[in-house]
Amino acid sequence: MSDLLAARSQMGVSLAFHIVFAVVGIAMPLLMVIAERRWQVTGHAIYLDLAKRWARGTAILFAVGAVSGTVLSFELGLLWPEFMRFAGPIIGMPFSLEGFAFFTEAIFLGVYLYGWDRISPRAHLGAGVAVAVSGAASGVFVVIANAWMNAPAGFTLVAGRVTAVNPLAAMGNAAALSQTIHMTLAAYAATGFAVAGIHAFLLLKDPANAFHRRALEIALLVGAPAAVLQPLSGDLSARHLARHQPLKLAAAEALFRTQQGAPLTLGGWPDVDARETRFAVRVPYALSLLAFHDPHAAVQGLDAAPRDQWPNVPAVHLSFQLMVALGTYLALVALWAGWLAWRKRDLAHHRPLMRALALATPMGFVAVEAGWLVTELGRQPWVIYGVMRTADAVTPMPGLIVPFLAFTLLYCFLGVIVSWLLYRQILRSPALPEWRGFYMPRRAE
Amino acid sequence: MTLADALAGITFVALNGYALLGGADFGGGVWDLLARGPRKARQRELIAAAIGPVWEANHVWLILALVLLFTCFPPAFARLGTLLHIPLSLVLIGIVLRGSAFTFWRYGGAGDGGDGDETQRHWGVVFAVASLITPLLLGTAAGAIAAGALGRGEAAREAGAGFVAVYVAPWLTPFTVTIGVFALVAFAFLAAVYLTLEARERDLQEDFRRRALGAGAALFAVALLALLLAHRYAPLVRDGLIVARWAVPLHAATAAAALTALAALWRRRWRLARAAAGAQVSLILWGWALAQYPMLLPPDLTIEEAAAPAVTLRLVLGALGLGAVVLFPSLAYLFRVFKRAEGAARG
Repeated sequence: MSDLLAARSQMGVSLAFHIVFAVVGIAMPLLMVIAERRWQVTGHAIYLDLAKRWARGTAILFAVGAVSGTVLSFELGLLWPEFMRFAGPIIGMPFSLEGFAFFTEAIFLGVYLYGWDRISPRAHLGAGVAVAVSGAASGVFVVIANAWMNAPAGFTLVAGRVTAVNPLAAMGNAAALSQTIHMTLAAYAATGFAVAGIHAFLLLKDPANAFHRRALEIALLVGAPAAVLQPLSGDLSARHLARHQPLKLAAAEALFRTQQGAPLTLGGWPDVDARETRFAVRVPYALSLLAFHDPHAAVQGLDAAPRDQWPNVPAVHLSFQLMVALGTYLALVALWAGWLAWRKRDLAHHRPLMRALALATPMGFVAVEAGWLVTELGRQPWVIYGVMRTADAVTPMPGLIVPFLAFTLLYCFLGVIVSWLLYRQILRSPALPEWRGFYMPRRAE
Repeated sequence: MTLADALAGITFVALNGYALLGGADFGGGVWDLLARGPRKARQRELIAAAIGPVWEANHVWLILALVLLFTCFPPAFARLGTLLHIPLSLVLIGIVLRGSAFTFWRYGGAGDGGDGDETQRHWGVVFAVASLITPLLLGTAAGAIAAGALGRGEAAREAGAGFVAVYVAPWLTPFTVTIGVFALVAFAFLAAVYLTLEARERDLQEDFRRRALGAGAALFAVALLALLLAHRYAPLVRDGLIVARWAVPLHAATAAAALTALAALWRRRWRLARAAAGAQVSLILWGWALAQYPMLLPPDLTIEEAAAPAVTLRLVLGALGLGAVVLFPSLAYLFRVFKRAEGAARG
């Protein structure tokens, strides 16, 4: 394994691990706040129980997200010092803002988790809102920085030297809007459906369980609208790619030849050497229609660039197909649930819907990972699109396979532990409410 | 003072914040590991209860310092990441294990205080051991910067020297390891002092008073050793600390803070002890910063040379101003909610 591949793999593992916890950290506080608000409005203790149980799970996930995020910010320098030397002054700004957002999130999460008995209910709810808002904001800032790597702006290159740095223009890069919307919606959809799926699974055994019914309602309230809106935001992203990163779209769609009236390619295996995609279903004109809202528009294919600038076409294409398929499934289930709710049907007793939801539990997160692979692998061989190649950004330090293996083992270990702890939490969930001793179980009184 | 100086100063303030708050959380882990005597379990409970609500926020000071460093001084960040790859990677593993183990320990149990929670104690051990190793390596990295080792590493790299000469030897010297031990003892000292204020019972206060006095004395010894070793390994810092105009008043103030902290502990004036211990550690840090000024990474990378374009610095300063408006009231609120009751009761 070359050092470059080891560095890319370590960064990839770190991001793939962190993104799960980051997504939960964005969306879970909203679920907690809704539950707590319902408790305050209705006075039903079950909502308080729900908020506290969710908070307990969130505490674990947030902590792992915080430390894995720390790893990433260090890894920017440990693995990509040349990238940071170049990009730091231009795109450090959103990272600084993210630092503050994350600070606010950590402060109010501490208040929220440990403050149940110490502050007024109104202040407690306010702390929850602060966590939810600053969590979403920190996600947005980080994605803005990533968008800049896809659509670099806010500087001029004169003979290889950076001049005319403009950090605000860098933040307002062309990819920022579509990427931040897509990622934020993804966070709410993935988390909402994961929570809804778990409770739907438990409702299949016990449809009358009030605890799981209330939990399902709140989770769908957050997840379903996001899942329905996500295809629209995906359309925005695809149209951005068609204009600014045509090669990424070409790889995602496995479109080898530039053509007018380009078809949409579903499934199939791209054969890069033969420059064709086998076993695929093609919908005529559909790609041109989606990318430019015009069935006869020309869509750039991979042939528009020399081969050494192509990303890994099969990986990008398959990730993209997976993301779209899972996103479509979630959107359809969301519409179905919405339709049934509108018809005043009892969702928890609707077994087909509960089965469909239980099946959806991991799908949002798999879609998040797949979508992230599309955007990162689709940008290769560039770390800053069209400006700096990934190979030129990597550290000169040799033997990078060692840290790659060390962090991979560490994250596998943590992943197993977190899954096991959450599994235990879920198994323990229903039956009797237990208010006290939730947070600091053996605290000295 | 230039704009770059101001931002370097603010970055160092963030680092100082991390040392006083995050450092004390590491120190808490050390005392968890060293918990003994009839009140062993209660000591651990006290430490966990003190750290629980605040450790996430305390940890963010490090992120803030890091983000400011790579936005405002990217060449310094690139050099640190390259030459200190090994100790910083180990620090990261320590941070990951410390943070996650603490949460698994406190939140992962059955939550009913029953037998199931006993197995959770394994996480407490991971938390404590990671709390021991991380400050050691952080201090070692800081020692390497102060000793000008990064300049040597950079030169060795350009000369095409071997792996050990570039990536290991610069940060692994008796001086840097002593600074690592110094950081560990300083954090343990801070934690013990803070815990005298957190404790609600007299006997627990006495436990941590004894620990604080011991750590304070150890800190003197390690500081002395570091000064002796600096003679050979870090002449730049030594010269800065001896010949500069501000050296004598600074040393006087540091010594006064250190003696005040010990005397206050002796006389059980907990609040005074906390203030003096915080001042002592901060003064030591600022002594280091002043000793190497105007270098960011001695012996050759100055603050001015490493600084990003002025427009970036101005915007970051603006963002810091805006951020501070949100941050400081929020932090004040956090500490008021969780740290006031105990302090007022014992002050």
